[in-house]
Amino acid sequence: MELAEAIILSVLAASTPLLIAATGELVTERSGVLNLGVEGMMIVGAACGFGGAWLSGSIIVGAVCGIVAGTLLSLIFAMMTLGLAVNQVASGLALTILGIGLSGLIGAGFVGERITPAAHLHIPGLTDIPLVGRILFGEDAFVYLSLALVVGVWWFLYKTRAGLILRACGDNHTSAHALGYPVLRIRMYAVMFGGACAGLAGAYLPLAYTPFFIPGMTAGRGWIALALTVFASWRPGRLVIGAYLFGAVTILQLHAQGAGIGIPSQFMSSLPYLATVIVLVALSRARTGGSTAPAALGTVFVPDR
Amino acid sequence: MQFVLEKRTERSNTIALVSPLIAIGLTIVTMSILFAILGKNPVAALGVYFIDPLTDSYSLQEIAVKATPLVMIAVGLSLCYLANAWNIGAEGQFLIGAVAGSWIAVKTQGTDAGYWVLPAMLAAGAAAGALYALIPAICKTRFGASEILTSLMLVYVADLFLDYLVRGPWRDPAGFNFPTTAEFDPVATVPVLIAGGRLHLGAIIALIVVAAASVLLGRTIKGFEIRVVGAAPRAARFGGFNSDQLILLTFAISGALAGLAGIIEVAGPVGHLQPGISPGYGFTAIIVAFLGRLNPIGILIAGLFLALTFIGGEQAQIAMKIPLDVTKVFQGLLLFYVLACDSLILYRFRLIFASRQVSRGTG
Amino acid sequence: MRKTLLAAAAAFLLAGSISAGISTSAWAADKLKVGFIYLGPVGDLGWTYQHELARQALVKEFGDKVETTYLENVPEGPDAERAIEQLVRAGNKLIFTTSFGYMDPTLKVAKKYPDVHFEHCSGYKRDANMATYSSRWYQGRYIQGQIAAKMSKSGVLGYIGSFPIPEVVSGINATMLGAQSINPNIKVKIIWANSWFDPGKEADSAKALLDQGADVIMQHTDSPAAMQIASERGKVAFGQDSEMIKFGPKSQLTSIMDTWAPYYISRVKAQLDGTWKSEDTWGGLETKMFQMAPYTNMPDDVKKMAEDTEAAITAGKLQPFKCPVVDQDGKEVECKGGDHLGDGQVLGMNFYVKGIDDKMPGK
Repeated sequence: MELAEAIILSVLAASTPLLIAATGELVTERSGVLNLGVEGMMIVGAACGFGGAWLSGSIIVGAVCGIVAGTLLSLIFAMMTLGLAVNQVASGLALTILGIGLSGLIGAGFVGERITPAAHLHIPGLTDIPLVGRILFGEDAFVYLSLALVVGVWWFLYKTRAGLILRACGDNHTSAHALGYPVLRIRMYAVMFGGACAGLAGAYLPLAYTPFFIPGMTAGRGWIALALTVFASWRPGRLVIGAYLFGAVTILQLHAQGAGIGIPSQFMSSLPYLATVIVLVALSRARTGGSTAPAALGTVFVPDR
Repeated sequence: MQFVLEKRTERSNTIALVSPLIAIGLTIVTMSILFAILGKNPVAALGVYFIDPLTDSYSLQEIAVKATPLVMIAVGLSLCYLANAWNIGAEGQFLIGAVAGSWIAVKTQGTDAGYWVLPAMLAAGAAAGALYALIPAICKTRFGASEILTSLMLVYVADLFLDYLVRGPWRDPAGFNFPTTAEFDPVATVPVLIAGGRLHLGAIIALIVVAAASVLLGRTIKGFEIRVVGAAPRAARFGGFNSDQLILLTFAISGALAGLAGIIEVAGPVGHLQPGISPGYGFTAIIVAFLGRLNPIGILIAGLFLALTFIGGEQAQIAMKIPLDVTKVFQGLLLFYVLACDSLILYRFRLIFASRQVSRGTG
Repeated sequence: MRKTLLAAAAAFLLAGSISAGISTSAWAADKLKVGFIYLGPVGDLGWTYQHELARQALVKEFGDKVETTYLENVPEGPDAERAIEQLVRAGNKLIFTTSFGYMDPTLKVAKKYPDVHFEHCSGYKRDANMATYSSRWYQGRYIQGQIAAKMSKSGVLGYIGSFPIPEVVSGINATMLGAQSINPNIKVKIIWANSWFDPGKEADSAKALLDQGADVIMQHTDSPAAMQIASERGKVAFGQDSEMIKFGPKSQLTSIMDTWAPYYISRVKAQLDGTWKSEDTWGGLETKMFQMAPYTNMPDDVKKMAEDTEAAITAGKLQPFKCPVVDQDGKEVECKGGDHLGDGQVLGMNFYVKGIDDKMPGK
């Protein structure tokens, strides 16, 4: 039982950056914009988040720095794709390259430094409940914040008028525009939200996971977040399942190795990716009427007056 | 005051030619500022990036070597993208092509196999790349699974598969267990074109690919179908074009080209199969495809240009101690500026004042 | 207006090329130019960082007599050969290539430029102008194994491997032989991260090992993430490549620190004196090719034992791979080095010693 608890705790922590970044990207994509630059925004968020926390000594300041950095970077993307109607796939990839370079320049000053990582919660009484206490009340605050974020996004998308409008922009920008909604402005906010989340997700790594900054420390997590968005078929609920599933497979394959289960580790490492493909095919197959992608995803919109 | 885009009624050819120059001008200005902040002489630094690599035959050859896989992959991807099929897994197809071709090289190693080996390797690489690309394509057409995601996921699977092979079954028996196959035999190696250099037959194959794609897109019915399906899917349906079939076709072509690029890279510049044979060619090629405006000739130019910035970046590290990160920022900015200026071809910018509209001709 | 702008931009570019030409040619003084090829970023806190420290030591030692240049983040694929050749063309006469994957590219460039000297780290191919150097890290692993066995209460060690290459496998075996000399029933759990460098995954691996009952963490991956996790959990661990005590002040027992500076200084000195020869240098504690970080966070008797073992290995009195070595199937390994395994056997090690009940990947 203790091992199971420990595994769940590891899975929660490993999934959190994926979940935060993917939630942001989900909102961006729901508005009809595909931003492939998540990895770039995350790594800049990691560099700035660590820098902020190291200079100020405060995890919260660090998290804010990460959010601001991610948002600023996403604004460049918004300017390109919304302001100038540039292709989103190419802009996203360019953003990643730019972000990796920037993070190296920003982070150069902090290499080799360390900070005290974000504290794990301890609520007397609750955290000490056997079995579930540490899982429900004993992780760092970001873990629970990420879940609150998903709930918030779900509520926003499905229960508010603004969410409805945002989804309308993603499904049919021409109609949304005809109804008088400022499609480009709404999309800009959605892109900025995605950038803020990616920045926070990146900052989570040096602030709570491994409390130092090293160039390239996001190691492809931004790409996985992108995959999760599609895997979840753009639904917040499924995103949570997907993120934890991905985290679980990653952690479990490490545990299987430690337990001496003799499967080549390359096969074990490729499991999460194969699982994603298979689940995706199964999900798409079970659904009639094709995919649930926002219909206008990735397409350029230029309002005609 | 408001800033808007307005669709041009017809493509402006002047702008199409001038826009890359404006982009380069903007990059030069921005980078000059960045270099000045870093305390480097901007004029000298830009010279190292843009001009020095063009001044000697060695660097020119290296630019061509670097551009070869990028151009081959990007041409294939452009066909996909034109047909609205989003293959972003070229990296995986590249690796699988390399693996399949290497299989023949490994199996014939040390035997007296003749000159059929290299052609067979190239064919196997292309075939395997095509088959691997068909997995996401079939998942898409049969089950409606997003090809963006499945093709991306299969990149990691291919990477780990290659890793397994060179650390296990295909390991060089004389190689102290290090993760690499033995050096390929001469008959399994892509010949170099100029003695002492690295420019190889692959560069010529890449040129043939560019020419063939130009003909396909410009002169054939299939090419027309591809463009129509992408640009106007509804019209294409009315025209009786089968878009599923086109997805399969374009994925197969782009997979084949990526696989071919993979085996050429392994049998050419690298000389054996090992992990890390691709420094992200499959992803960089996506950028090349867009920089080249999804046009074969444009892709050729874009591939050479991006290769120039890689070579220039190395020379800047050596000659001026400019960190690699600056080169990344430089590449990112350049891509943004080129893409931004390209939108001038399709749109014109207008400033609109609240009370009255000012319209101005552009030329 | 646009035309004049363009003309101005062209003039700017031209000016750049001229002044860059001057500045690079003005560089050629009679200093010895020494080049380095790095696998990672200089700030990786591990492998590349230690090479970079050694480069800085070189500059300090020789001052005006040498000029050093490095290229960082050079992938071990088709780009490596170009990167090395770029250093040659920039006038470097002694070039250190610091990762196994640069072996074949270094050899190719070495054949092309017989008057330039090359030093390749951790490979086995040599030439008249290409030397190799590496470190007997397994000596340090043996000491760590002994400390681990003393410190472990559960009798289970956790080992994070990168890739199952001989360097890593011999490290695991030496650790186990050292540990068995203290506690014959010691167990080890091994997790392959399949990466040299992924802090998140290294942290996850460390957590998994601790959760499964290991209470001493050892790693053959490059970041301080595992040390950090051990520190958080109040467990002990060993650093890798560099001093990591900052990341686990109460956890680090010791660390195998790569100290390349003495070797680099001696090779540059030889080059300056004209006595450089191609050699195979496989140094250990006796030549300070690596050093043990101070023994900390352990009782005095354990510290004393570690220091004694270190002294015995340094004096050549203790051989970690002393015969008979028995593999995990119970077969005695042929003894090719007199009373211990031969260097070739260690360099190509691909078996586990008795007592490891895990299966070697790729076997």
